[in-house]
Amino acid sequence: MIEIVGLRKRFGPVTVLDGIDHQQAAGEVVALIGPSGCGKSTLLRCLNWLETPDAGSLRLGDVRIEAGTPEAADRRLRQQLRRRTGMIFQQFHLFPHRTALENVMEAPIHVDRLPRSEAHALAMGLLSKVGLADRAHHLPAQLSGGQQQRVAIARALAMKPQVLLCDEPTSALDPELRGEVLTVLQTLAAEGMTLLLVTHELAFARDIAHRVVFLEGGRVVESGPTRAVLDQPQHPRLQEFLGKHRARPL
Amino acid sequence: MVWTTSAAQTPEPAIPQVLRWANDAEGGAPYIYHTPDNPDQLVGFEVELAQALCDRLGCTSQFVQYNWANLIPGLRQGGNYDIVIAALERTPENLAQVAMSRPYFAFGQQLVARTQDTRIQSLGDLAGRRIGVLASTLSHRLVTQQGGLDVRVYDENVNYFRDLELGRIDAVLTDSPIAAVQLRTSPNLRAAGPPFAPAYYAIAAPIGSSGLLTRINEALGSLIQDGTLERIYRRYELWGPQQAALATWTAEVVPTTTSGASTDATRSKPVPTLRYVTILIEAAVTTVWVSLTSMALAMTWGLGLALARCYGSRPVRWMAMSYIEVFRGTPLLLQLYFIYFGLAQQWGWKLSAGAAAVLTLGLNYAANEAENFRAGLEAIPRGQTEAALALGLSPVMTLRRILLPQALRISLPGITNDLIALFKDSSIVSVIGLVELTKEFLIRSLDAGDYIGLGILTAAIYLIMGHTASLAARTLERRLRT
Repeated sequence: MIEIVGLRKRFGPVTVLDGIDHQQAAGEVVALIGPSGCGKSTLLRCLNWLETPDAGSLRLGDVRIEAGTPEAADRRLRQQLRRRTGMIFQQFHLFPHRTALENVMEAPIHVDRLPRSEAHALAMGLLSKVGLADRAHHLPAQLSGGQQQRVAIARALAMKPQVLLCDEPTSALDPELRGEVLTVLQTLAAEGMTLLLVTHELAFARDIAHRVVFLEGGRVVESGPTRAVLDQPQHPRLQEFLGKHRARPL
Repeated sequence: MVWTTSAAQTPEPAIPQVLRWANDAEGGAPYIYHTPDNPDQLVGFEVELAQALCDRLGCTSQFVQYNWANLIPGLRQGGNYDIVIAALERTPENLAQVAMSRPYFAFGQQLVARTQDTRIQSLGDLAGRRIGVLASTLSHRLVTQQGGLDVRVYDENVNYFRDLELGRIDAVLTDSPIAAVQLRTSPNLRAAGPPFAPAYYAIAAPIGSSGLLTRINEALGSLIQDGTLERIYRRYELWGPQQAALATWTAEVVPTTTSGASTDATRSKPVPTLRYVTILIEAAVTTVWVSLTSMALAMTWGLGLALARCYGSRPVRWMAMSYIEVFRGTPLLLQLYFIYFGLAQQWGWKLSAGAAAVLTLGLNYAANEAENFRAGLEAIPRGQTEAALALGLSPVMTLRRILLPQALRISLPGITNDLIALFKDSSIVSVIGLVELTKEFLIRSLDAGDYIGLGILTAAIYLIMGHTASLAARTLERRLRT
């Protein structure tokens, strides 16, 4: 499903991604962990071309882009990539001037050109799925953080993505609101959705992820099955990282 | 001679050491103007008359610049100048407001048309056609009385001739000396018929200053007698048989001056308020029309500029920024003259007064609206764009569906502010002959001599327009949500 080879990205003098290789099968759930600034968010954002990688290649289902080539500058190719991915942001980024329902209907109507009635049915179905059918006509400002993030998930699902990219989906939430978002993501994982998620919550990663990838300094330092990586870390940097995290209450 | 008798009755010197006389240097040739080769020097027959008069009176002459339309109110209020020598006509209307001397100049009304437009010979030939006049003059009153004409009111002499040459109006009615000077330099204009409605210019002094006026009348009489006046007028090619009447003129021709009674009568005469309400509201329609159309243009063009500034390539950004700086950084009046007269003169683009007004205000306010929109666009978190793009929306769609509605809401208070400012700023278009609310107030307050009542009425209309705009904006803001 996902195949990343030799992905590089620099911000000015800083190398953020220093040759990342990653493969992920359909239906697989992978957690990206690592210290702040290790490049995990950037990696996620390269997958839907919100950041333009400098080098390397990327395949997502049937779409393949080689960074730095003329084709990579093609807007249509970028568009295809984005239609195969959905993204969940740490800060939700719901459209504040539209209701929950309108947020979910926006892309089906204006990207997929779905008739309004179909888009409405689709959106209501998805809002029910995340448990917010009764909040359909609320504005984002009238929803709690957890509810907003669930609307954001419904909004991403409305485009029927092959992969859901989650950038710290619960970090901006109060602890008591995290559960509702995590439950939704767990349901999706159980239904076979391919998930690539950046998270600080090791307990959640342990629950949901099939594999864990540890990034540091823009490189993959260690990766493997969840339990192996989290319980028997091989690399000293990972051991140190996990040590710090265990000492901190989650 | 009526004017030589009263000197003995005022023994104390009525003449100040420095006699301050007022005129508007915008009046132009042959009255008062600057010659192009010596821009520091005021010339004109009224300037020379003032000097000759002061020489004769044994005092120093001091010129005071004052807006022509306000010369009489300024004189009545007192303090700024002692007399007015500024082509004020000796009419019952003026005599009701100020004291006036014996005439110093005789003239008639001259109709001017384009040379090739041979049909026009008199006012009667102008039914339904456009005629330009100077505000609050005898010409203005005559064409209003005539009726059936499309009257365009101007603030100064130069502009209506320019519009006549450009074909924006069909004729000009003006005082014969003004016409004479213009016809010397404009081969494509001609005098349409002989001068008519003979009248006189006279010097104005405050009511009750009979001592001063008597001395002025004596001095004028001697200037006429010894040929000084004729020499001055000949220098300006203004001497003609009709000036012979000056020497033999007697006050019987028009009702005499000096009595303050008529003024008090004017002041206490009740202003026909209801009639003025309708007149002012009609003028407000022009204000609203000009303002709203300009604002629509300003918002459309301003949005384009804001997008160019925020998302354009470097040269596009630079061009948008230059535009904004130029239009924000130069006076509106200058832009208006440039567009109305400049474009017509240079490239033959003859915009109507309304079109020029809307275009100028629109282009000028576009600079402000561009900055309002830019502030709105820049205030939206980057995440909004990312979320929209990640959903697969194209950049154009992202802008239209996600960014602009949010930006508009943020920009709206600033835009509303500008609309209210525009209601007021639009009064500037009166300089190209559009009568809008402020201009109508100025004309009517002069006629009625009432600044307080009509002022409050006019202010109320402006407030209603502004308040309506605020209410509309608040409703729109609610509809844009959050």
